[in-house]
Amino acid sequence: MTEQREQAQLLTSTLHAHAPEVSAAKARRFGAWYVTEYYLRSLVRYGDVILADALGSPLMYILAMGVGLGSLLMGNNTLFDSVGYLTFVAPALLVSGAVQGGVTEATFPVMDGFKWHRIYQGPLVTPVTPAQIACGQILAIVIRLLIQSLLFLGVVALFGAVPSGAAIAAVPVAALAGLAMGLPIMSYSATIREEKGQFSVIMRFIFMPFFLFSGTFYPLTNLPIFLQWIGWISPIWHGTELGRWLMYGSSVPGWLLVVHVAVLLVLAAIGFLLTVRHFRRRLGGD
Amino acid sequence: MPSTTLAAPVVSAVNLTKRYGEFTAVDGIDFAVEPGESFGFLGPNGAGKSTTMSMIGGTSTRTDGTLDVMGLDPDRDGPSVRAHLGVVPQQDNLDEEIKVRDNLYVYGRYFGLPRAYLKEKIGELLDFAQLTEKASARVDALSGGMKRRLTIARSLINEPDILLLDEPTTGLDPQARHILWDRLFRLKEAGTTLLVTTHFMDEAEQLCDRLIVVDHGRIMAEGSPAQLIREHSTREVVELRFGSSQNRAAAEQLQDLADRLEVLADRVLVYADDGEAALAQVHARGLTPIASLVRRSSLEDVFLRLTGRSLID
Repeated sequence: MTEQREQAQLLTSTLHAHAPEVSAAKARRFGAWYVTEYYLRSLVRYGDVILADALGSPLMYILAMGVGLGSLLMGNNTLFDSVGYLTFVAPALLVSGAVQGGVTEATFPVMDGFKWHRIYQGPLVTPVTPAQIACGQILAIVIRLLIQSLLFLGVVALFGAVPSGAAIAAVPVAALAGLAMGLPIMSYSATIREEKGQFSVIMRFIFMPFFLFSGTFYPLTNLPIFLQWIGWISPIWHGTELGRWLMYGSSVPGWLLVVHVAVLLVLAAIGFLLTVRHFRRRLGGD
Repeated sequence: MPSTTLAAPVVSAVNLTKRYGEFTAVDGIDFAVEPGESFGFLGPNGAGKSTTMSMIGGTSTRTDGTLDVMGLDPDRDGPSVRAHLGVVPQQDNLDEEIKVRDNLYVYGRYFGLPRAYLKEKIGELLDFAQLTEKASARVDALSGGMKRRLTIARSLINEPDILLLDEPTTGLDPQARHILWDRLFRLKEAGTTLLVTTHFMDEAEQLCDRLIVVDHGRIMAEGSPAQLIREHSTREVVELRFGSSQNRAAAEQLQDLADRLEVLADRVLVYADDGEAALAQVHARGLTPIASLVRRSSLEDVFLRLTGRSLID
C-alpha cells in the first residue's frame, strides 16, 4: 500500500524544479552566496560558541588589563595618548579579536572542507564552481567578523571606553585586519594535505607574537627598536592604529593612515587571490 | 527501459583519456548512453571508473578525447553540465552535524532552487528514501544504509536528467543493499538515466541494462549482462574445491572435460554448458572434491575470462 503510494508520488509529482539552464544561470550569479548561506547556517549552529569566543576572551582582557592593570598602572592619570587605559587598549582588543577570529576560520574549517568531512565535495558536484566555494566561505568569514566586532564594540561602549561616534568605522577596519591575516593563512591551509600541528604553530608562533608585539598594551614605540619590525608586518598593529584613530581620535599622520589601510588591503588581496587560486587548483581536477 | 528510438545519447565519449603524469587512469574509451537507460561501468578498484564519472561531471578535466553530456562539454561548461546531473559520490559527504532535512535544503540551494519548492520537495524525497521519520535527526545518528539513501535523495533535489552513482552500495549490508536497489529501480522506471559504477557483479546484473567491463582504464567488453555472459562464458559453471594444495593437480586431470578451466587459489572452475553432466564426469574419473557447486555463469566469470583476474582483489 505505502509502496504504491510512494511510487505514484514519485511519478505524478506536481512539483517541478526549474530547468537546468535556470539552475546554471542562478548559480553563475549567486553561487558564492549559496555557499555563504550554508556557512551562515553553521554560524547560527555554533552561535553560542562563537559568541563566547568573540566576547568572552576580550572581556577577560578588558577586565584583567584594561580595568585591573590599568588602575595599577596609572591611578587617576592617563598613561598613553591622554586617554584612560581601557580606552587605549579597547581598539587593540577589538582588532586582535577579529584577527584571531579570522585565523580560526582560515584554518580548521578549510581542512574540514577539503579533507575531514569533505564539505566542499557537496557543492563541487552542483553548478557552483571551486572559485565560488572559496568566495562564499570568505564572505561568510567577513560577516562573522563584522558581527563579532560590532558586539565587541557594544560591550566596550558599556564600559564607557568609546568616546567617539566614528568608532563604528572601526568595525569594518577590524574585519579587514582579520582578513589581512586570515586570508593568507587560508591560502596556505588550502595546500595542506595533512594537518600535523601546523595550525597550532600558526597560533603560537605567528598570531601570539603579533598580538603581543603590535603595540597592543602600550605604544609600539615603547618596544626596543629591534622588536618594532614585528608591528610593521603585523595586521594587528596596522588595524589597531587605525582603530585608535577612529575610536578616540589618536593623532596619526595622514600618510601613516594611508600606509595602514594599504598594508591591510594588500595583504587581504594577496590572500584572497591565492586562496581562490589554490581552491581552483585543488578542486578543479587537472 | 533502453530507448528503442534514435534519440541522441545523453552522454557520449570518444577516445576519452585521463593521464596523471605517467599513469593512465582512463585509456581512450568510447561509449554512449541513451536517455532513460541504466548504464554500468563494471571493473575492479582502480579501473578508472570514478575518474570517468568525475570527467562527466567536469570536476576532473580530460587529457584527451571528446566528451558530450546533454549536448555540452563538461570541461568548458562544467556548471551547466552539473545542473543536469545528480551525483552520488563513492564516499558520503553529508554534513553530519546538521539535520537530515537541512542537508537536502542546503544542497538544493546550490542549484538556486527556491525555498517554497524545496520545502515540499524535501518531504517527497524523504518519503522516497524512507527517511520521513528521521527528518529532524542529525545525520551522524543514521545507519550506513540510511546515509546512503539520504545521499541519493540529496542528488535528486534538482530532478536531474542523469544520476551518477559511484559504487552506490559499497560497505552496506545485504539488506540495506536490497532496499537501495529497489529505490534505484523505481527511479529507472520513472525514466531517470542511471550511470552506475560498481565492482559488484550482482549489482551490475541487478541495475544495468547495458554495461562496459573496464580494466586498467580500457574497455574489455560491452553489452547487456545476459549478452556478455552468453558471449564470454558458458551457460553453467562447476565450482570444485579439492583443498588448496590439491586444486592444481586435480585440474590437470580435468583439462579435456570442459571448454575452459580456471584454477583459483581456493577452487577450480569448470566452464560447461551442462554443469551437472560435467560434475558427473568429475566423479566418474574418481576425483572427490571436498565441495562442489553447479551454478549459472555470472559477470564475475566474464571478468575472469577477459582479464584473468577476479573482480574483488
